[in-house]
Order: sequence, then structure tokens, then C-alpha cells
Amino acid sequence: MELTNENVLGKIISKFGEDNIRDPYSPDGIMTITTNRESIIDLIKYLYEDEELQIRFLTTLCGVHYPDQKDRELCVMYQLHSLRHNYRLRIKVFFPSAEPIMPTLTNIYASSNWMERETFDFYGIIFTGHPNLTRILNIDEMEYHPMLKQYPLEDLTREDKIDTFFGR
Amino acid sequence: MSDSNNDIKLVDAPDGVSGAGFFATSFEKVIGLARKHSLWPLPFATSCCGIEFMATMGSNYDISRFGSERPSFSPRQADILMVMGTIAKKMGPVVKQVYEQMSEPRWVIAVGACASSGGIFDTYSVLQGIDRVVPVDVYVPGCPPRPEQILDGLMRVQDLAANESLRRRNSPEYQALLASYNIK
Repeated sequence: MELTNENVLGKIISKFGEDNIRDPYSPDGIMTITTNRESIIDLIKYLYEDEELQIRFLTTLCGVHYPDQKDRELCVMYQLHSLRHNYRLRIKVFFPSAEPIMPTLTNIYASSNWMERETFDFYGIIFTGHPNLTRILNIDEMEYHPMLKQYPLEDLTREDKIDTFFGR
Repeated sequence: MSDSNNDIKLVDAPDGVSGAGFFATSFEKVIGLARKHSLWPLPFATSCCGIEFMATMGSNYDISRFGSERPSFSPRQADILMVMGTIAKKMGPVVKQVYEQMSEPRWVIAVGACASSGGIFDTYSVLQGIDRVVPVDVYVPGCPPRPEQILDGLMRVQDLAANESLRRRNSPEYQALLASYNIK
């Protein structure tokens, strides 16, 4: 079976239902679907184990922060690849920033270990069940998650950039 | 063959008293003279300023003309720590540890805008100048600086080495400076 966006979407929806698989669209030819925290691990596991799909490669995983979307401020995006069929798929999960918790993917893809640590480091998203959820890129002493948009990009310890030319 | 040795330049002797068969001067001047012409750099190169240092080290600009023949990749035998390039906050403790492992007397050159002040990287992940973690003797501006500028920075350190009091490293001011950086 050749994988197309239509038949893959049909397969996923017939397995998980319309309620759990929402907003399919293809912004750049890659089908993008939105699901929820409860279904995400089962969905990726299903895509891995299904003999027709064989979507068995995790290209990347990252966090996104949309501060203006009420109760959907945070997002985790997974990009999957079927090497057998050369078919790509993107999955998003939105959740409120008040409850930044996601299930870990490390039991299916070991490669998600460092990516989830990075997402935790920059967005403060807690992956429950992760074997070692510590900072990976920033210094251990850092007290915030710098990619959240409420924090400024600039280093806050500088004292020489106070005039209006530097916008402070 | 007979003329070939005339190219060799010798440094002038320091001020002193000379007579038949003797020359007297102070230890400070002799040791300063010796140190000045044998400063071994430790290149701590993290980015593009390090490439400029490679040019400085190469035969065109030839840092060895100034006695820095041997780049020391062990801090224990180095005299100058040359920090070249952006130092991320995560790299800060490494710079400090390298500095701590160097023996006295030791000098530090911050080469380029990033090492001096963070440069264009005014961001949460970058150390805003290495003087946040180690005391710096000479700042070389530029992004990146030309090899001539790096050589000029080295010559400023030569001036410091030649004129430094032998007791400076034991002075309370120097101890207070190290203490302010929490270096024992």
C-alpha cells in the first residue's frame, strides 16, 4: 500500500476516533494532525507497530510556546518518518502552560531522551516517566526556562546597556 | 656566511652599573626582561577569533618573534591565557579552571568583542565578558581583530611583564583581586 495523506489519516481516525485526531492540514506537503496527551503515546506506538505504516523513525521533537492561545499555550511537536515508504507525518499536542506535563516517548524511541531534556530545558515541559529529566544545554544554575516568551532574550546581568539606544 | 649572524637582534641590557668585567642591575629588571621575551600563550580558542590567532601564529605574522614560540596546550606551563571567541555561560567554569591551573605569574588577554564583553551575543546563554570569571590584563577589541591587533595585545602584556614588580603577586591588592573572583 502506498501511503498518502488521505489513507493514513483515514487509518488513524478509524483507530483513534474523530475526537482524538483533530485539525488535519498539510502546510508544506507533510500532513499535520493535532491530538491530545492521552492518545499521543498510543498513537506513536500504533504508527510504529502497524505493518502497513511502519512509521519507525523519530526525526525530531520540540516545544513551542504560543502565549496568546488561552489554555493551549504550550505545544509539543513530533515529526515522524517512515523509512520504508519515505512518508513523513507531523503530530502536535497542545496543553495549558499551567499544567506543563507530557508523557515520555523514551519507551518507544530512545532518541527522544535528549530531545525531551532539551524541551524541558527551554520550555519547562515535564515528561513524566523520563529516566533523567535534567537540563542539557543551559547551565544547571539557570532558574527559568528561557524560550518561554515572558522572559527576555538579553542577559539581565549587564549594567552598561541602560540608555534608550539599547531599548532598556 | 660571515654576514648571516648580523641579522640577529639582541635586546638592550637594562639600566645598570657596568665596569671592567662586571655589570650590575636589579633582579627585577633581569627577570622582567627574561619573562618579557618568553611568554608562552595558552590559546583558548572557541570561535572565529581563534582563526585569527592561527594566522597570528603562522609564518606571516609569526607570534614567535615575540618569544611566544610555543603555544602551551597545558595550562601548567603557560604564562598568558588568550581567550579568543564567545564564551557561553556553560563554558565559564572551564575558563576559570584553566586559569586556576596556571601558575604565577600569569596574564590574561581577552581577544575580540565576545571575550571582552559578550559582543553581539547579548543573550541569556553567553557570558558577558570573561572578566566575569577571571581577571583580565589586556582587552583586544575587534570582531574579529586583525592579527596585528592580537600582536599589539601581546606586546602590551610584554610591557606588563617587563615592568611588573616581583612582589606584585604577593601584594594585598592582588590577593584582594583574586579573592573578588573567588580564586584562592
